[in-house]
Amino acid sequence: MDKNRRAFMGKVLAGTAGVATAFSLYAMKRTWDPLPSVISAGFTTVDLSPLKENELSIVKWRGKPVFLLKHGPDVTPNDKRDIVTTDGSRYTVVIGLCTHLGCIPEWKGSENKFKCACHGGEYNIYAENTFGPPPRPMDIPPFTIKGNSIVLGEEGPEYKKMMANS
Amino acid sequence: MAKFEKANSVGEWLDQRLNIKMLNRVLMTEYWIPKDINFLWAMGMVLAFTFSMLLISGIFLLMYYKPDVNMAFDSVNYTIMQEVAYGWLFRHIHGVGASVVFLIIYIHMFTGIYYGSYKRGREMIWLSGMLLFVLFSAEAFSGYMLPWGQMSYWAAYVITNIFGGIPFIGDELVVWIRGNFYVADSTLTRFFMLHVLLIPLAILGAIGLHFYSLRIPHVNNQKGEEIDFEEESGKYLAGRKKQSKVIPFWPVFIAKDVFVLSIFLVFFFYLVFYHYDFAMDPVNFDPANGLKTPPHIYPEWYFLWSYEVLRGFFFDIGPMKASDIGLAAFGFAQIIFALLPWLDRSPTVAPANQRPYFRCWFWTMMVVLVILTIFGKLPPTGTNAWVGFFSSITFILLFLILPVVTKAEAKKVASNKEGE
Amino acid sequence: MKELKILGVIIFFTLVTYWGVEPLAHSIFHPHVEPADFEFSDLPPVQGKGEVATGKELVVANCTGCHSIKSQGYPAPLDNASANASYGVVPPDLSTAGKIYNENFLANFIKNPAHATKTEHKFVGGKVHPMPSFNWMSDNDIASIIAYLKFIAPKEMTNREVFVDACGRCHNMKYAKIKATSDVSNYMGSTPPDLSMMIRSRGEHYLTTFINDPQKHLHGTAMPRVGLTQEAEEQVIAFLEEIGDSKKEEREALAPYVLGFLVFMAIISLLWKKEVWSEVE
Repeated sequence: MDKNRRAFMGKVLAGTAGVATAFSLYAMKRTWDPLPSVISAGFTTVDLSPLKENELSIVKWRGKPVFLLKHGPDVTPNDKRDIVTTDGSRYTVVIGLCTHLGCIPEWKGSENKFKCACHGGEYNIYAENTFGPPPRPMDIPPFTIKGNSIVLGEEGPEYKKMMANS
Repeated sequence: MAKFEKANSVGEWLDQRLNIKMLNRVLMTEYWIPKDINFLWAMGMVLAFTFSMLLISGIFLLMYYKPDVNMAFDSVNYTIMQEVAYGWLFRHIHGVGASVVFLIIYIHMFTGIYYGSYKRGREMIWLSGMLLFVLFSAEAFSGYMLPWGQMSYWAAYVITNIFGGIPFIGDELVVWIRGNFYVADSTLTRFFMLHVLLIPLAILGAIGLHFYSLRIPHVNNQKGEEIDFEEESGKYLAGRKKQSKVIPFWPVFIAKDVFVLSIFLVFFFYLVFYHYDFAMDPVNFDPANGLKTPPHIYPEWYFLWSYEVLRGFFFDIGPMKASDIGLAAFGFAQIIFALLPWLDRSPTVAPANQRPYFRCWFWTMMVVLVILTIFGKLPPTGTNAWVGFFSSITFILLFLILPVVTKAEAKKVASNKEGE
Repeated sequence: MKELKILGVIIFFTLVTYWGVEPLAHSIFHPHVEPADFEFSDLPPVQGKGEVATGKELVVANCTGCHSIKSQGYPAPLDNASANASYGVVPPDLSTAGKIYNENFLANFIKNPAHATKTEHKFVGGKVHPMPSFNWMSDNDIASIIAYLKFIAPKEMTNREVFVDACGRCHNMKYAKIKATSDVSNYMGSTPPDLSMMIRSRGEHYLTTFINDPQKHLHGTAMPRVGLTQEAEEQVIAFLEEIGDSKKEEREALAPYVLGFLVFMAIISLLWKKEVWSEVE
């Protein structure tokens, strides 16, 4: 009886220690999670309404430059690439890195082109590659549309539709 | 309680308390090693010594290294390389050592495979050795990140991205490993911790296990002969040293080890002083830039064979995506060597060249690994991609057919014996 | 004997692998280029008779509006920041131009800067090189300007001085505490890299052909051909080495001692091994 009891208490103790270990492991795992400041920096809300047509603005998102470009009325709509906000304005929103070697292309408003200074790659206003070494259009970051703002980093329905179609 | 008497010497005093005479016998003068060995048997000691050099040079680098994305590059390339007295020497020893240690690991590992030293009771030696290989790989990868040059950054980027291919949890796992959505300061500091503390501790533990695992099955010999260690050590202790098939670790085995080690050190320091570029990639002397991908990204030479298996499958097959097949093949390559004791179905412990089928298997494997390594660095375009594909397939097939080959060999050997 | 055979097999596999991952891979990453051409023979020779006195008049009339010549007492018309803002780059001081630049290159540069520097691809669509072309000048006038520049040039320059004049307008060199006078990121598309560790990241061999003609290695790059003489380029590379590989001398001086010592130790360890093993073999 006594011996059984000892064995039983041993098991209980082992179980308790096991629970403690599980909690410790959980706490250790959590220390590796991205910090709150990192997470909030990973979702960037950008108000698009102050943007001027044909003028490029750049925001930094997850260590990368994101190009924001409002289209003028004369630009043909491109449903595969355009981001349309609630007021019907169309924008090019892309990760501003040349898909060739990752240089940052420059927007040439007068020519309606992005030009990469490094190796002469060119993209049209939709950031689709039209000339030179780039292998594909510039990447569109995950986004979701909230009125006239977008949140970069969140995969909204418009983004998912765009990815499914491409 | 033990009885303590006045000791007449420091040795005696210590012996009363720590039993050092016994310890010395068990670990040194009566730790028996077969006599029929060649210089390949010294690789274990060469590895232990190289690891010590890495540990010691690492301690001195640690005094000046700063794990911060804004300071890391300059702390290495300016403070350590140009200001600290002999800092350049410690860094070259550390950098070259990290590369050369893998050359010796591979020699050590293929020696084990060639002589069949992974079976008949030696499975734990093999497994603990493979554990050390994995730990050294992790140590090398985490250390490569620290100088925060272009290759540090992009290797970290590419390798952490590999985890993104794991089903369901992939994307979150990558963010969790990096501590950010991209390779950032959090990534550097946590890999710094792994490199200087956690992995070295694990390596020290695994080295202890590896040494201990030798104790019962004993070290193998050149012919794979089963030695009666008790009888042979008896002969040795009785003074019939020339007839005995065994030698003590100290001083006989060590004498040979030290000689091989000295030759190795000449080669090693030649590399440290004159020929370090192969181990310290020039591209890594460009500071890390997350906005600028280098034209060619490749891992260090010792990871190339498995990297080539990863990217060898470059086209989709049916519903399976190329990247998923590659990832599965990569996973296969990582664990398959560890399973060798169970894939080799032949009971024979003998050098590969005395085994009719295994001989072909072994040398084919060596050639395939060299091809994978070479093409793992070349740009994966045109013919290169196909060479990579076919050698990856061959690599996997070699392991899949190994049980069949060795079983057939066992049958042949058995029938040959009957015929005699 | 058997051990030597095993060693041979290991060396063979090691060397084949080494050959594949180093010489072979590098020959593919960096295809062979023609050796550096310090005559700049792609540029037509400018043949004229130059006179120092005429040259001086021409330089004062045409150059000092933008360029300083500090050694001759001509100050810069604009401070660096304003010059950078108006031209995109700070015009170089001409005190040493006659010393560090090849004279035929210099003549062609005066005639057509974008052509001589091989950067015509950067100046299209209305963009022009910050320095205008003086292609209306006669060959004799250009020869005179060069004669003057060579006349005023110092006979000796330190490696650092050559580096600052040749590279220091666009490139930083943090470890030598050299800060670029211009910010050319606007018209180059990216900031020119810091040159502190270039000697280790590119190596002397690459730099020799690269500085002489950047387009050879990086087709389409914004970096201009600078037109350095062989001597000036050697001084630039020597300076890169002084800064980026400052312990080279110490390393090479120490090496023979360490290796010699280790060989000595190997011999002793062989003798010890023989002594110990004579009892058991």
